[in-house]
Amino acid sequence: MTRNAQQSNRLTQGGRIDRSRPLSFTFNGQTYQGHAGDTLASALLANGVDVVNRSFKYSLPRGIVAAGAEEPNAVVQLGASEASQVPNVRATQQALYEGLVARSTNGWPSVQRDLMGVVGKLGGKLMPPGFYYKTFMAPASLWMTYEKYIRKSAGLGRSSTESDPDIYDHQHRHCDVLVIGAGPAGLVAALAASRSGARVILCDEQEEPGGSLLASRELVDDEPAEKWLSAVMAELSELANVTVLPRTTANGYHDHNFVTLHERRTDHLGGTAPRVDGLRQSRGRMHHVRAGRVILATGAHERPLVYAANDVPGNLLAGAVSTYIRRYGVMPGQKLVLSTSNDHAYRAALDWAEQGKGAGREVVAIVDARANPQGDLVAQVRRLGIRVITGSAVIEAKGTNRVTAARVAKIDLEGFRVTGPVEELSCDTIASSGGYSPVIHLASHTGARPNWNDRILGFVPSLVKGVSAAGGASGTYPLPEVLAEGREAGLQAASSCGFEAANIELPQVDALSEGEACALYQVPHEKTALRAPKQFVDLQNDVTAAGIEIATREGFESIEHVKRYTAMGFGTDQGKLGNINGMAIAARCLKRTIPEVGTTVFRPNYTPVTFGAIAGRHCKALFDPERYTALHHWHVERGAEFEVVGQWMRPWYYPLQRSGGGERESMSEAVARECRAVREKVGILDATTLGKIDIQGADAREFLARIYTNKWEKLAVGKCRYGLMCKDDGMVTDDGVTACLAENHFVMTTTTGGAAAILEWLELWHQTEWPELDVSFTSVTDHWATMTITGPESRRLLAEICDIDLDRDSFKFMDWREGRVADVPARVFRISFTGELTYEINVQAHFAMHVWKTLFSHGEKYGLTPYGTETMHVLRAEKGFIIVGQDTDGSVTPEDLGMQWCVGYDKPFPWIGKRALTRSDTRRENRKQLVGLKPKDPAVVLQEGAQIVFDPKAPIPMPMVGHVTSSYYSPILEAGFALAVVKGGQKRMGETVYLPMADGTTHEAEIVGPIFVDPKGERQNV
Amino acid sequence: MFLIYCPYCEELREEPEFHAKGQAHIARPQDPEACSDEEWGDYLFFRDNPRGIHHELWVHAIGCRKFFNITRNTVSYEILETYKMGEQPTITAESLSRDDKTADGVQVADGGQQTVGASDSAVNFVRGAKV
Repeated sequence: MTRNAQQSNRLTQGGRIDRSRPLSFTFNGQTYQGHAGDTLASALLANGVDVVNRSFKYSLPRGIVAAGAEEPNAVVQLGASEASQVPNVRATQQALYEGLVARSTNGWPSVQRDLMGVVGKLGGKLMPPGFYYKTFMAPASLWMTYEKYIRKSAGLGRSSTESDPDIYDHQHRHCDVLVIGAGPAGLVAALAASRSGARVILCDEQEEPGGSLLASRELVDDEPAEKWLSAVMAELSELANVTVLPRTTANGYHDHNFVTLHERRTDHLGGTAPRVDGLRQSRGRMHHVRAGRVILATGAHERPLVYAANDVPGNLLAGAVSTYIRRYGVMPGQKLVLSTSNDHAYRAALDWAEQGKGAGREVVAIVDARANPQGDLVAQVRRLGIRVITGSAVIEAKGTNRVTAARVAKIDLEGFRVTGPVEELSCDTIASSGGYSPVIHLASHTGARPNWNDRILGFVPSLVKGVSAAGGASGTYPLPEVLAEGREAGLQAASSCGFEAANIELPQVDALSEGEACALYQVPHEKTALRAPKQFVDLQNDVTAAGIEIATREGFESIEHVKRYTAMGFGTDQGKLGNINGMAIAARCLKRTIPEVGTTVFRPNYTPVTFGAIAGRHCKALFDPERYTALHHWHVERGAEFEVVGQWMRPWYYPLQRSGGGERESMSEAVARECRAVREKVGILDATTLGKIDIQGADAREFLARIYTNKWEKLAVGKCRYGLMCKDDGMVTDDGVTACLAENHFVMTTTTGGAAAILEWLELWHQTEWPELDVSFTSVTDHWATMTITGPESRRLLAEICDIDLDRDSFKFMDWREGRVADVPARVFRISFTGELTYEINVQAHFAMHVWKTLFSHGEKYGLTPYGTETMHVLRAEKGFIIVGQDTDGSVTPEDLGMQWCVGYDKPFPWIGKRALTRSDTRRENRKQLVGLKPKDPAVVLQEGAQIVFDPKAPIPMPMVGHVTSSYYSPILEAGFALAVVKGGQKRMGETVYLPMADGTTHEAEIVGPIFVDPKGERQNV
Repeated sequence: MFLIYCPYCEELREEPEFHAKGQAHIARPQDPEACSDEEWGDYLFFRDNPRGIHHELWVHAIGCRKFFNITRNTVSYEILETYKMGEQPTITAESLSRDDKTADGVQVADGGQQTVGASDSAVNFVRGAKV
């Protein structure tokens, strides 16, 4: 099956690959061979695969350009199985493993023959920048239709449709010094800081540390750089205060030196994490690092030159050519033309000439934009007899699926024009270099705007406190200076963390003399940018020099606007290659300097991060904590269905098995049965989840009077009272019953979901406004289990197992008593949320199961029936009892609820919410007020949230006058019923309102009072 | 994610332990009934949104549950000091504009370079205030 095993571009020797370990892999359905140590990109180049993708907008064939994170084209979909699909992987960063399966992200039916390419070629001239905005935005109603087709033709990779078989995790870490990047600067910095005694984390995104040293021509201590690298890594791995994290990308630099590191732990081993001793390994890990000092040793990205047809496969970065030759033993072509503005790129030609000798590979020419390049590397090249064409540049590449020639001409840098005749050089590879751009992305995450440096022709990071940059990241490129800067950064970081700087000797590296680079970004062509073949700036998003020119001509002068109009830098590569070129072109068009035009802002993440790593272990059962009451196990055994309230798992209803082994009851059947049990016999609810706050202190009573709307000064020990809580804007925020346990001791109940927020609310007022009050608060929600028995038989049931006098005259409604229930200490509250005779039994949580089971052992003869939250809702709504947050929404006052009886306007202290209740708006007539709604058709259960209108014949948009807040079917009334808010509703009793539904039907309902069952409240007082 | 020094716990702790509660030093009017609707509305709803030095109320929600104040640069997100309820800030926009703009390592927002992270001086200041 191996049709192309010869690896035609593989050198017979050299590189850091292991030729004794061949690996086979599949790309776009074809099987190839590579070696251990290859990336997917180097293996593809070794096999002579030119076209790896189709471009995003024009669908042009694209090849590999770079060798690292900046790669814009070779973005692949990875995964042998559906479950292991990973989109957005840069082939240049993906280690090769046996059996790797990858596909191009774009291109259908194949990258070689692409249907969209025809559209792109024909439509290229018809697709100017802003094309989508201009063409598809009107009429707005059709956008959805356009979008579907645009998305389909613009491949962006896809996520798996199956569950991820792998696990991921997070780790929190602290260190004195975090060094990002293990190139020469980072290595020396880590060494300097760690030898000084600092705790150091050193991370590097590549398969192996070393950075530029892995492909360096420089000798370190008269030996190949790799040797020094191994010695340093050996020392660092020995040091106990150093953590080295390979394959780890610092993807975000956040506030206060908080850096997230994304470690790919097993991506180099296979499509899913291999098991070790039968155990699953975490595939990816997110390190949350809080660092004392951060050293950015992130290096620099080479800038390609922008010339016509610079996107044809075979156009590479000069530095990438060197990397593929020296690190991977891959020669990405036969005949090289190098176009450069600087000395540094000459390395590519030297590597090509030295390694390609005898293999029929040659350097056709070096085209240097400078008139008179000088420097050691230039001299070396000339000694090898390589032709150097000065004052010129490659102005255009020829070829379709691979470069076939380079058109070279003399250019005038100042005048931005071609000045001499064009020479066409036959070649299959064009390497270009316009210099280097420091990798400022992480510094940019902190909000710091970078500064333009004219000497290096690039932006250097402006640094916030606690961070420094060294080496390429700060625009320093000669190796001796890089090493010195790394040492300085490491020692300074350590000493600012309080360590004494150690003595570090740097290795001996010969300094090369390099000539000055010239500023060249876009290369002029004989034709104007608009007429010349496309000169690509952002290869991933198909942004051209002409596109930027048009954008500036159309008035987009801010670089941020140019970016949005052209989509430059919007790809998954965030414009790592193209942005500076784009800014330079905008600057030229606007006749400004690059620093005047400025740069766009880079944001996290530096490279794409998988959702698995972001989620870590916070998925499935661990997605969110679940809270269980002490009775949870009983509910599970009883077959309860649960609903999540806050984080609590509450029984929703308890469906019974039908006799004869049939299906279980439906929800409506179970709820009807539970409702009848409560109204006719006795039901029991696990109400433990209601928030309980213990309030103590000499001023506890005064505090309650200030925080609640109603009065508390006369509440006697042994009594309970319902309270309503407003914010200072007068809107209801919580309610609940508070009991007076002793003169200076109360227990407050809150809604289940509001418990934590209300505790914080009480603390806020006590600590910030009334610290003079002697009062303190403690959450006791989990300490007490609450069991509500309710219904006409509840007294007789409780009397069997309780030593409290339950006589109706000695233990009245809204009293509480202390005593023993089922032989354990208990607080029993006679309060009711159902309107029936009710006892809320509170016992210490660890006694709960005992008491609950004792109740059931005595309860059968009374028909004791457990009920869940759904029945609780039906029963409370029948009584018109509100649920804060369901029947209220932050714009409802106590009076809107018809609860004036719960407002103590004459209390002495201006309690929270009081002033706002006399604002003009809260006094306004016609506010939305709580009412009951009785559907004209008793079989109708109105939809919660349904909008209410007075006139169903009103023209659309109809004036909406309220909405349904709670709606249920009542088995007692044998009819649907609802609570709603309606404008001026309290004065509209008996009127008919209409509820137009989405399906075109309209329901009719009568406005009634909110209490549907036992309006006089007699049943709870028996 | 901020690193916040709780003046009660006297430790630097991670932001998820805290809740931000808005602008600090907003006293509830002593006699709300004497306020006009407009004055009451201002108290309820209107807050400063300065570019630069801001004093904020925070609570160590998953810690000591104490409310306290933070002086923070809203441009750089640098926390310049934290102080207990009832105390007044020692760093204010006025005090910084009086002094050298970069004194004490504090950069005032001027649209230029921005800072992030607790500077040595800010941390030392807070630590110094403790001892």
